Amino acid sequence: MITNSPVAELDVIEHAGLSALPQPNPVVFEIGNLSVFYGDALAVKDVTMNVREHQITAFIGPSGCGKSTVLRCLNRMNDLIDGARVQGMVSYHNVDLYDPAVQAVEVRRRIGMVFQKPNPFPKSVFENIAFGPRLNGIKKKSDLSGIVEQALRKAVLWDEVKDRLKDSAFGLSGGQQQRLCIARALAVEPDVLLMDEPCSALDPIATGRIEELLQEIASTYTIVIVTHNMGQARRISEQTAFFLTRLDEVSDSRYGVLVEYDNTEKVFTDPSDKRTLQYIMGQVG
Amino acid sequence: MAESYSVPRPDVPMPQTRESKARTALTRVGFDFKGHGFRGLLSASVGLSLFALFFLLYGVTSDGIPVLAERGWDFLSSPLSADPSRTGVWQGLKGTIQLVVFILVFAVPVGMASAVYLEEYAEDTWFTRFVSLNIRNLAGVPSVVYGILGLSVFVKFLGDFTGGRSVISAGFTLSILVLPLVIIAAMEALRAVPQSHREGAFGLGATRWEVIRHQVIPYAMPGIATGIVLSVLRALGETAPLILVGAVSGFFTTGDQNVVEDLQGPFTALPMLIFSWARQPKAEFEELTSAVIVVTLFVLLLSTLAAVLVRNRFEKRRQG
Ligand SMILES: Nc1ncnc2c1ncn2[C@@H]1O[C@H](COP(=O)(O)OP(=O)(O)O)[C@@H](O)[C@H]1O
Ligand SMILES: [Mg+2]
Repeated sequence: MITNSPVAELDVIEHAGLSALPQPNPVVFEIGNLSVFYGDALAVKDVTMNVREHQITAFIGPSGCGKSTVLRCLNRMNDLIDGARVQGMVSYHNVDLYDPAVQAVEVRRRIGMVFQKPNPFPKSVFENIAFGPRLNGIKKKSDLSGIVEQALRKAVLWDEVKDRLKDSAFGLSGGQQQRLCIARALAVEPDVLLMDEPCSALDPIATGRIEELLQEIASTYTIVIVTHNMGQARRISEQTAFFLTRLDEVSDSRYGVLVEYDNTEKVFTDPSDKRTLQYIMGQVG
Repeated sequence: MAESYSVPRPDVPMPQTRESKARTALTRVGFDFKGHGFRGLLSASVGLSLFALFFLLYGVTSDGIPVLAERGWDFLSSPLSADPSRTGVWQGLKGTIQLVVFILVFAVPVGMASAVYLEEYAEDTWFTRFVSLNIRNLAGVPSVVYGILGLSVFVKFLGDFTGGRSVISAGFTLSILVLPLVIIAAMEALRAVPQSHREGAFGLGATRWEVIRHQVIPYAMPGIATGIVLSVLRALGETAPLILVGAVSGFFTTGDQNVVEDLQGPFTALPMLIFSWARQPKAEFEELTSAVIVVTLFVLLLSTLAAVLVRNRFEKRRQG
């Protein structure tokens, strides 16, 4: 629409001014002094960071430094592990996720998860995706069909599977299975997608597909992704958190800590912590 | 460092020695005595089992089949009688089927529910471990002991309700006998469900009940079904507890009865007939015993066949 009114012009100028000074996206997760224990063993200590809306946040760091542990606190997946215990604060849009009144089931409906190994259900492609919507009470076949198609399209899988919706999901390739799992997670319309090394079992081509897909949906979803692949973190994420295992000399125990959390570009080109630089050089160089 | 091993140089061709070296390294010298000996031992064991089985089957069928061929349907549908030429296995067949129904109705649901509780809900404490251990022990208790339990609890203590020496008492006794087997089989099947599978469903916001109902149990069902069938087969063959809870070893008539009277009345079962006919002094009963064994084997075969079908069905469904 074109208008010549001065007010509209003023609007345009104001908008231009705003985009010149980009505002950070609103905070989705506020994590404060988060420590996680498995039984008596401390796994992660004092993690503090904010995850922002509609962008990709990457967790990197060596194996065992607690990336998965922190990620699984964001949708209370750790509740399923006997003996897992959380200290500190994790809030989602300012609601404390570990408040006794908060229902873990409701948390997981809004904060979806995709796992390291593709784990489709032993059902048809259609039923894999319809499972979540069915839980939410959607029963009509026509509604479900629409949701399934939409989810598969978002996960860029529709064209490949539209003729085999009734076939077992196990017949798909590894990359297709992982995109199916992403579609399955998207079908319940979450706000957030947590992904724990979603590409580690996939070949480079399948990985590339998933990276494209993530960048496409990042404008409408908040994504937190754990990755071992430095290149991947650098290619797709806006923010990167670098974790490391620290050895406590006194108690001779090891636990993960958050070393650095910043813009991805900054972390990879000009990290403020020496250990980040060492790790990135070691992995890339 | 560089001098400690020789680097092959392109100007010194040595294909001959390389090839012969590779050939000696890659070709086997001598005969693999251990490997072949082990394999021979294994196949001999299979042969021995087959021989024993064949011997048993031959002995039974050569005596039993002629009786079945001669009497045919009459043998299956006639009631018990002291007259060897008129007696049939109908009451035994009926009793055995009733017992299986009892197990399917009582032991299977209770066993599955217990297994789901222990595997999916109960926290891993010393108490749950103690309970699991005891269930395993119960599976090893001799069946006579269950017979004694059945006699004192169902026949005597609850006699007004069960009718004493009845198929109800026997049904409950056998249900309790197979309960640990059902629980153990179901627990193993549930434990074999990959954790990633549960997490996938939890990650979509499914409640524990929804995860169990829609994902865990369907996945475990082929294993559970196999366990149920093995338990039923075990119960089909049990005789000792039946003797104790008073299965009839002689002859009895069943007139016009309603269902309750029938369930509370005297009963027998196929293994019981084998046991009692084998003890009959009359020579004709020897062949009859073989014939009832053949009938029993046939029932077992049918159950196994049904089990395979059910299992395949569940497995197909599991593939989606
Ligand atoms: N279920 C669990 N039970 C006990 N310890 C665990 C469990 N999961 C992870 N840990 C421990 O917590 C630490 C962090 O693990 P994790 O979060 O999986 O690391 P990462 O994902 O960075 O490789 C490790 O020392 C690991 O052994
Ligand atoms: Mg991990």
